[in-house]
Amino acid sequence: MFDALHYEFMQNALFAGLLASVACGIIGTLIVVNRIVFISGGIAHAAYGGIGLAFFIGFSPLLGAVGFALAVAFIIAFISLKNKQRADTVIGALWAMGMGFGVILIDLTPGYNVDLMSYLFGSILTVPRSDLWLMIPLDVAILVIVTFFYKDFLAMSYDDEYAGLMGVPVKTLYFVLLALVACSVVVIIRVIGLILVIALLSIPPYIAEQFSRSLQGMMLISTLLNMVFTIIGLWLSYTFNITSGATIIMVAGTCFFLSTLLRSLRRKRIPETLKSAD
Amino acid sequence: MQPVVIEVKDVWFSYDDHLVLKDVNLAIKKGDFLALLGPNGGGKTTLLKLMLGILKPDRGYIRILGKKPSEVADRLGYVPQDTMINKDFPISVMDVTLMGRLGHIGRRWRYSKKDRLLAEQALDRVGMLNYRNHLIGTLSGGERQRVFIARALVANPEFLFMDEPTSSVDSQWQTELYELLKELNKTVTIVVVSHDISVLSSYVKSVACVAQTVYFHDSAEITQETLEKVYHCPIELIAHGVPHRVLHSHIDKDKDRNR
Repeated sequence: MFDALHYEFMQNALFAGLLASVACGIIGTLIVVNRIVFISGGIAHAAYGGIGLAFFIGFSPLLGAVGFALAVAFIIAFISLKNKQRADTVIGALWAMGMGFGVILIDLTPGYNVDLMSYLFGSILTVPRSDLWLMIPLDVAILVIVTFFYKDFLAMSYDDEYAGLMGVPVKTLYFVLLALVACSVVVIIRVIGLILVIALLSIPPYIAEQFSRSLQGMMLISTLLNMVFTIIGLWLSYTFNITSGATIIMVAGTCFFLSTLLRSLRRKRIPETLKSAD
Repeated sequence: MQPVVIEVKDVWFSYDDHLVLKDVNLAIKKGDFLALLGPNGGGKTTLLKLMLGILKPDRGYIRILGKKPSEVADRLGYVPQDTMINKDFPISVMDVTLMGRLGHIGRRWRYSKKDRLLAEQALDRVGMLNYRNHLIGTLSGGERQRVFIARALVANPEFLFMDEPTSSVDSQWQTELYELLKELNKTVTIVVVSHDISVLSSYVKSVACVAQTVYFHDSAEITQETLEKVYHCPIELIAHGVPHRVLHSHIDKDKDRNR
């Protein structure tokens, strides 16, 4: 593994993984506590439409993904604020339509695109330097915005009704949150692909939640967990020559089930102590 | 004679097609301690949220000190019903309390030392200062309610709105709570939603029965001996047409207004 770090592609891979971990840890935490995992899945998958569009017209696929993901995020934010009950159906439709749109545009694009699978399942080992230069500002933007509006995000996530009463612009913040989700999805696409994005956004925060005493603590633990999962996954995928994105997810998924087991064991212990107290 | 500070005028409200409140009129005076009573689904909480500006009326208007509720939001304190929204949420008692300062800090991006000091004082007032670093999810229902009260008090409100403050609370704290409210009531106008007036009895100054429409009974009508019977107010309201035993008949009042 350490020998491999001499190669530029391995350095890029590691760097991309760390950048993605920061975005995942911070935004994933907000996704999990706001219960918008499904919405995030919709944004991630619909982003494929942007990749298709970029291929068709001929510009950077990641740029296309950012634009498309942002547009879809705004549509979803608008609909879910307007009609909560029906929002999931609309999200499901956008989810599928975005992908369909992308596939058709790629069909229409002359030539054979080998690169396509890498956007679906990720290809951390082939991340070019140019993509890193797009990922860094996105990461910085996420960090700055979340830091600046931290107490507002905290209030909104815990009790949006009260936050609204206190003058926190809850609706605007919700738009901002979904826009941040769109940005982080794009950062992560290169690492594990848009189909698997949702795992890195939801698994580490879920594990982190039970060890956290604050939202920022949860963000930090999630980020560290993401880094650990990415590095272990990367190492396994390099050693056994298997797909990196899938390997990272399997590492995260295994830890997810271990932590779920731990959580249920902890829960079981509480009623027993109550019983003995009677 | 105290001036009217909260004015509810011809307010109608419905969720989708379900009519909740119909032609509600209410004038609350400064320094009042008003209890909103009524059956479940009668619209008590809805009326409270309308007064707070969380919900907007379909028709009619609500004015607090002559302004829209949202314009005086920094002078309102709100203690919501203890529905445990998100038990696993990693937030400390201190951070929940600090939320009450949000309306007062403008666009500063962090809470100041003064905010923290005020939050500690508010927590001390409800006897929860020792719990300030505990996670909110680990508290009992009653303890959580105290924190929500501290969160409302930290803004030093002129108006306090509480939704079922006595649900899920042990009887000892209940008494302490009402003593606290009595003390607060010297400077703060209080509106409390309750389905149970018996414990409220010696503290409230007026009562409004909410069952789609609102019937207001002011302090003159409430005496210690009649309070036990006032408790039946909402039940009689459900059976429309049954005259009130203690207070003026709602039916008569209706006729008066229509005249």
